[in-house]
Amino acid sequence: MKRFVIKEFLHIFRDVRSMVILFGMPLVQVLLFGYAITNEVKDVHVSVVDPSHDQVTTAIQQKLFASGYFLQGEVLYSQSEIEESFRKGRNKMVVVFDDNFAQKLERGEIPSIQLIADASDPNTANLLVNYANGIIAGYNQSLSVSTNGPVIVPEIRMMYNPALKGVFMFVPGIITILLMLVSAMMTSISIAREKELGTMEVLLVSPLKPLHIIAGKVMPYVLLSFINAISILILSHYVFGVPVNGSLALLLAESMLFIVLALSLGIFISTVSNNQQTAMMLSMFALMLPTILLSGFIFPVENMPVVLQWLSTIMPPRWFILIIKSIMLKGTGLAYFWKETLILIAMTLVFILASVKKFKIRLS
Amino acid sequence: MNNPETAIEAKDMVKQFGSFIANDHLTFSVYKGEIFGFLGANGAGKTTAIRILCGLSRPTSGEIRVAGYNVFTETEKIKKRIGYMSQRFSLYEDLTVSENFRFYGGIYGMSRTSIRKKTGEMLERLGITELSSTIIASLPLGIRQKLAFSVAIMHTPEIVFLDEPTGGVDPITRRQFWTMIYEAAEAGITVFVTTHYMDEAEYCNRVSIMVDGRIEALDTPANLKLKYKASNMNDVFLKLARNAGAGRE
Repeated sequence: MKRFVIKEFLHIFRDVRSMVILFGMPLVQVLLFGYAITNEVKDVHVSVVDPSHDQVTTAIQQKLFASGYFLQGEVLYSQSEIEESFRKGRNKMVVVFDDNFAQKLERGEIPSIQLIADASDPNTANLLVNYANGIIAGYNQSLSVSTNGPVIVPEIRMMYNPALKGVFMFVPGIITILLMLVSAMMTSISIAREKELGTMEVLLVSPLKPLHIIAGKVMPYVLLSFINAISILILSHYVFGVPVNGSLALLLAESMLFIVLALSLGIFISTVSNNQQTAMMLSMFALMLPTILLSGFIFPVENMPVVLQWLSTIMPPRWFILIIKSIMLKGTGLAYFWKETLILIAMTLVFILASVKKFKIRLS
Repeated sequence: MNNPETAIEAKDMVKQFGSFIANDHLTFSVYKGEIFGFLGANGAGKTTAIRILCGLSRPTSGEIRVAGYNVFTETEKIKKRIGYMSQRFSLYEDLTVSENFRFYGGIYGMSRTSIRKKTGEMLERLGITELSSTIIASLPLGIRQKLAFSVAIMHTPEIVFLDEPTGGVDPITRRQFWTMIYEAAEAGITVFVTTHYMDEAEYCNRVSIMVDGRIEALDTPANLKLKYKASNMNDVFLKLARNAGAGRE
């Protein structure tokens, strides 16, 4: 066993490609997602239709444009002008105020504010509306407080991600993807390589039990994946200031669970593929794409068609992302995601059983 | 059926893949310390048989004992007592010579000191002591093959199975390789070797010739040549194969 693990480490350290995947990938991904691919909104042109033009609407506008997310666009007067400005791409969102805004407010009526966003880019549109909503809600609150008592200007607070930083949302996703990649892909490829080179036969003829072979293969990757997870956490904490609000021990324990899950998935893939290419393709298409697309990492699960939502429930990363988001950003404990944890444990057992069964069939 | 003089005993060994019969009632025994040649054309069923004897594949039926143990129920005991070298290259190319020895010695449960001693002896015999920390990938094929054989017998097994060990190497290296096989046999290791080089058959104590999943002949090379009135093993083989072909048509 010990020899086996040593040999496995030697394989990894001598292969430049695996070293790059193992240690270069986390660094590049975190920096890439952190700096470049952010879905933050900044300096977006927003136009205004303001027929009332009183102190309340002006105050709301000031709040909007002082937030730093929006730049003052045009002042528009009619529906046709709104459409035209969207078509010409001069703005991404238009805020339409009710007429006689302040007066309606004083009479106790609720005047309307309409937020019209350019949904040809749905993600941005969604974000813009959310930001603006938040800001207006904040103003609302300050208004109701000021009419009923001492004047306090409340802060707008975005829960869980006060700075609305994209990187906060990406880090859990990146950890998930990398653990999946390193654990599942690397093990499946390394087992497939032994099959391809014919060394697997020699191992199977030896007194080593299949379980020992698998354990020996997996052990180094457990360790390296764990180191990877920790280094991503450190990197994202010190470079981007991503917090770990919950228990660090719990976070690491859940990561360990997910690593074991991904490894058992990798072993399962290797039992159905006979060479490195097949293992690679299977991991890419069966693991990576669903991880990225269906886990809720980039596209919210709630926005998916129902069929894809069902499909996403069998994606292990979906549950793991929920768990680490809860721990890192919300700081909650096991009581809030024991169900997700159970799902992950169940999935792990299923994959281990399936691959042990597969392995035995192949031997007989 | 547990003769102390036999290393391998097979009686009516059958392996069926669906309707295809790869091994059709093979019956043979291999004596301790002999070099047993297992001959046949490509696809005659040699590899299937060797995989069964090594415990890699389960026979459909038959009564088979390897090193005195039943292949159905005692594969674990068999595995400790055999060595195996496959036709595909079986050393790790990205590891050095001594790392390969350490690994294979380790999985057979050899102690650190006996691995070191054995590695030194074997490299000395091959005259390549200076290559012990060279990566396998940078060594020529001939040396790799000799190393693979050394690794297969480093734990001094009772039987070593060689599945087409000399595929793709030049005649001189093949000659040297057979010298190593003789040395192993003299040291008391039973050698079970498959090949389709008929000149190699001459080096064996006894050979069996497989045609279409059946053993068509089994004797010493000299007796076979006499029986089939052939001047060399190649002719023996061609005559057998032609008969089989005629019988089918």
